[in-house]
Amino acid sequence: MSSELRYTANTQLEHLHARYTGTGHADMSKYDWLTHQHRDTLSSIVGHPTLTSYLAIADGEATGRIKFEMTERMLQPCGPPPAKDED
Amino acid sequence: MHLYNLTLQSASATPQAIVGNFSGARQQEIIVSHGTRLELLRPDLQTGKLSTVIATDVFGSIRSLATFRLTGGTKDYAIVGSDSGRIVILDYDPRTSSFVKVHQETFGKSGARRIVPGQYLATDPKGRAVMIGALEKAKLVYILNRDAAANLTISSPLEAHKNAAIIHHIVGLDVGFENPIFAALEVDYTESDQDPTGEAFNNASKVLTYYELDLGLNHVVRKWSEPTDPRANLLVQVPGGQLASSDRFDGPSGVLVCAEDHIIYRHMNATQHRIPIPRRRHPLEDTDRGLIITSAVMHKMKGAFFFLLQSEEGDLYKVTIEHENEDVKAVKIKYFDTVPIASSLCILKSGFLYVASEFGNQQLYQFQKLGDDDNEPEYSSTDYPSYGMADSTQPLPRAYFHPRPLENLALADETESLNPIIDAKVLNLLPNSDTPQIFTANGRGARSTFRTLRHGLDVEETVSSDLPGIPNAVWTTKIKEDDMYDSYIILSFVNGTLVLSIGENIEEVQDSGFLSSAPTLAVQQIGADALLQVHPQGIRHILADRTVNEWRAPAGKTIVAATTNKRQVVVALSSAEIAYFELDLQGQLNEFQDRKAMGSRVLALSVGEVPEGRQRTAYLAVGCEDQTVRIISLDPDNTLEAISLQYVPSPATSICIAEMLDASIDRTSPTMFVNIGLQTGVLMRTVLDPVQGRLVDSRQRFLGTRPVRLIKVQTQGQPAILALSSRTWLNYTHQNLMHFTPLIFETLDYAWSFSAELCPEGLIGITGSVLRIFQIPKLGTKLKQDSIPLSYTPRKMLVHPVNSHFYVIEADYRVLGDDAAAQKVQELRSAGKRIDEEMLNLPPDQFGRAKAPAGTWASCIRVIDAIEGKTVAVVPLDNNEAAFSLAVVPFEARQNELLLVVGTAQETFLAPRSCKSGFLRTYKFLEDGVSIELLHKTETDDVPLSLMAFQGRLVAGIGKALRIYDIGKKKLLRKVENKTFAAAIVTLNTQGSRILVGDMQDSISFAVYKAPENRLLVFADDTQPRWITCSTMVDYTTVAAADRFGNVFVNRLDIKVSDQVDDDPTGAGILHEKGILMGAPHKTSLLAHFHVGDLVTSIHKTSMVAGGRDVLVYTGLHGTIGILVPLVSKEDVDFISTLEQHIRTEQTSLVGRDHLSWRGYYVPVKGVVDGDLCESFARLPVAKQQGIAGELDRTVGEVLKKLEQLRVTASGY
Repeated sequence: MSSELRYTANTQLEHLHARYTGTGHADMSKYDWLTHQHRDTLSSIVGHPTLTSYLAIADGEATGRIKFEMTERMLQPCGPPPAKDED
Repeated sequence: MHLYNLTLQSASATPQAIVGNFSGARQQEIIVSHGTRLELLRPDLQTGKLSTVIATDVFGSIRSLATFRLTGGTKDYAIVGSDSGRIVILDYDPRTSSFVKVHQETFGKSGARRIVPGQYLATDPKGRAVMIGALEKAKLVYILNRDAAANLTISSPLEAHKNAAIIHHIVGLDVGFENPIFAALEVDYTESDQDPTGEAFNNASKVLTYYELDLGLNHVVRKWSEPTDPRANLLVQVPGGQLASSDRFDGPSGVLVCAEDHIIYRHMNATQHRIPIPRRRHPLEDTDRGLIITSAVMHKMKGAFFFLLQSEEGDLYKVTIEHENEDVKAVKIKYFDTVPIASSLCILKSGFLYVASEFGNQQLYQFQKLGDDDNEPEYSSTDYPSYGMADSTQPLPRAYFHPRPLENLALADETESLNPIIDAKVLNLLPNSDTPQIFTANGRGARSTFRTLRHGLDVEETVSSDLPGIPNAVWTTKIKEDDMYDSYIILSFVNGTLVLSIGENIEEVQDSGFLSSAPTLAVQQIGADALLQVHPQGIRHILADRTVNEWRAPAGKTIVAATTNKRQVVVALSSAEIAYFELDLQGQLNEFQDRKAMGSRVLALSVGEVPEGRQRTAYLAVGCEDQTVRIISLDPDNTLEAISLQYVPSPATSICIAEMLDASIDRTSPTMFVNIGLQTGVLMRTVLDPVQGRLVDSRQRFLGTRPVRLIKVQTQGQPAILALSSRTWLNYTHQNLMHFTPLIFETLDYAWSFSAELCPEGLIGITGSVLRIFQIPKLGTKLKQDSIPLSYTPRKMLVHPVNSHFYVIEADYRVLGDDAAAQKVQELRSAGKRIDEEMLNLPPDQFGRAKAPAGTWASCIRVIDAIEGKTVAVVPLDNNEAAFSLAVVPFEARQNELLLVVGTAQETFLAPRSCKSGFLRTYKFLEDGVSIELLHKTETDDVPLSLMAFQGRLVAGIGKALRIYDIGKKKLLRKVENKTFAAAIVTLNTQGSRILVGDMQDSISFAVYKAPENRLLVFADDTQPRWITCSTMVDYTTVAAADRFGNVFVNRLDIKVSDQVDDDPTGAGILHEKGILMGAPHKTSLLAHFHVGDLVTSIHKTSMVAGGRDVLVYTGLHGTIGILVPLVSKEDVDFISTLEQHIRTEQTSLVGRDHLSWRGYYVPVKGVVDGDLCESFARLPVAKQQGIAGELDRTVGEVLKKLEQLRVTASGY
């Protein structure tokens, strides 16, 4: 959850964000948004058997391997986060 | 536009399978998920064959399946995790042969989402609780119990969520009767998301967490959490718990953590044991590559257990655990056998292993032995310091084994599966066929096939023998009523009858009592032990002691038609009279005192079988020359009185009354059908109203060009009808529903059922002077498949426009081509390495090929003669080149000579897509297309993913660029280019000067080639981005296409825009028009949209029946073949869409998915009616059927008739 939200009085919204991982908000950084998008996509690939098969055929791997690699990639799909400005 | 979607062949992929005693009987069954369909399979323990008990569409995507049994119960339930946001418990009801939803609990939104559970399911082995998990964070636990009436109950969910945790797998621990524990493999991403240095990511640990369900306090606690191997991917339950009666432990409990290259035994407060996963010592192996376990199964036997784990190469390993009570002494692994890579493995107690292979056919193996005493090297955790955990960050030394042909398993049965269909063509190529065939490129890697699919039942011929003359009819008969098998074959010739006996040999019988000097009209085993022969001059009643009672036809009259059953005989005389005989209790055949004059020559007669425990059947059907069919009573009260009369369009040549079960008409008892075969080759199927004796609910079907002949036979112990015309059709009941399917066999002149010891449910038929005995092995399958093996994964294919050879391009990623492999072997040899020839020569269709690093390809072009069913030529590609597209182009510059252009690329990487160089290889056809010769190679800057002939030149989609090439002496010459496409061009279609371009991520654009200015301009595109997989033009302004997410849609361009573009000679108008929304100046509008549920890989506009209307035929990756039928009348549209609406509310999905939202998964469904849902009308309870039909102002029969008519006229299936 973003730190900006902590300072808003809208604790209900904060609660909702905690509950529904992946929900965006106005102060979201590009990196956060992209990471969420990628995680959603990756989980969609794992969750739809046809997409897993499609990827497995294209990539010449077993579907089990594709599922594993996609799930692994969810940890950090877009590389490390950008360094925060110190100011 | 309104379309009607019908599935002709449902998906045959098996993403998951579970085993259990679902029917509550002693026998185990298998439930297989086909993605959007559930199927219950039952193995026959004697023959080892699998048969389908039921298969149901669930109208949702099944993501996980689990089985559980309540403590002390005898029946297993299935739990389904799907994309419905609900957990569903299913019970198989053997009485109605259907799945019953016992519980359905909603927990989240629909859709396969990241944090909505449904992906993982784990059950407590004692059946007390179930955990359903999402890919991230969410895990819910439901407690299962029974109430006072012994019904299954389910609790409210208990949360076991962990924020920011990616879940790799969950499994239920075997803890006996202590509190249920679930183990989860999780990774927390909080720190990696915050750390810009990437260190946290590198140090992220995968943890094995135990969640304990405290049954007393009714909540879930995180009991234990320990880091494990960072590349772990799978958990396997290890037996545990203690029997109440003894102190002995079933096993040590805990889990096997399968990780890359290792398997670790883990349990709370227990020593870890780590063993390596043995690898193949393949000379070409990529040593940097790890090996993972992709599926696993544990099997418990009396006092022992073992695991079968399957690696991603397909090798099965047997893992055993030595333990003393709860202490593990050693974990051992050894190679077991190699089977196709499975998505699920199921071991049956009866000694079978079901391999739900991820691609290709599914197999059932029988265990021959358990690999207990063979010479396979075994690796034990005791061989390594500290049980392999001395330094858990370092890998163990690699272990190796030698793959070999099956030793412990033997193949028992194989289920044909089209999965995956990568490309298909629909056309009528085979001789003597009036309907098109579907040619598909299936499979993956070395198990790929090219298949020819024909509509019809496969026929297995057992005997074919020549006869001295041309018989006109054949019968078989038993001698006594209670005989198991037939004893005689009776052949009727123009001037005589031949009787053959069935035994060791088939030989002529002289003393059968049959009259051999006259032709025969009917043969019947009558009464307890008598035989009956009807010939033109009379009826011979042959008693058991060979005395013959003969009834002679009155002088000057002959018998022209006859029908018989076990107790009744009816004959029609040449004087248009009917004589009726009945067997009395003494076994004497008596004629009814009166004869009935029909007033018109009788052509056909039929009586049904005598119902169980009755004296007679009450109805006789008579077909007369005056184009009528009359129903006449045989009831003693009004014998031979006419009951009803039905006019038919042409004289009836054959009639057959049969009582058959059709659940859509009557669920419990068979319906009496009167089938009338007409001279014109049409079959009329009517239902005999049992009360009034009228013929109702008549349906017609065109069978062929010859007059129809109907014969009553038996299939699966149930009555069926064989209808002979220019094609042979079988009308039979399968899974309680009536089917009508042609046989793929030569035209038969006459046929009869044939039952002998070796062929208990066979058929006997005559074609010309050949007698043939055959059987139908696979009832219920509508498509016969003939396959030709391929070397690599097929990518695309096309058929030569003239000589009808197929050209298939095949390419495998991460596999070394033959030349590269040979070179590498040579290098290894010269480096002094010993090469294991045996490993190199392992047949790839069983063992696969050695995996190579990304960027390597093996590829070839294959020429197939589909009529002969064989490969005629293979052209391998070298230099790590892979073929991606092909086209046959008549180059105008070479006097329209047909040339084959194949788009290839060298050193291609998939993500991100790149290649060293692309090529357009131009080949010349030799010897009528049997072989091809390379003319020249043209280099391109990107991968050519699509090629097409266009106005005597070639148009190619090369990466993002659309180009037109003309032929040159040394290479193809680029003429014009357009580079405005978003990602990569994957499909091309053309009509006139219009080119439709399908982009990988950006839907279909309309482009036009303006020859005078040599301009290639895009003038219209779609409003939505779509990931196109295939497309076809429906007409000049309309395109049907499919995307990667399982949608099919139809887009249309405004006719005004179309005309305007065509009227602009130079294209200057389009060139200077302003684009809309950063795209083309015009947009297409969406006409129809539908979510199929399978990834559509090819779509064609073609007609499926001779002279029928054009339909859209599509094939899906998971093996679906379906059609979209345009509805022509407004009336049809109203009717069928109202019907769909009603069924939607009545028939709820088995996984709890809302039908409307399923068919509108990504985009709301538009202009398409789901025929699969409408056809489930036949399976609804009668009251609901009547309710719906009432709402539509129709009868149930009319609704069913309409549905059948839609299917038959569009597809013939």
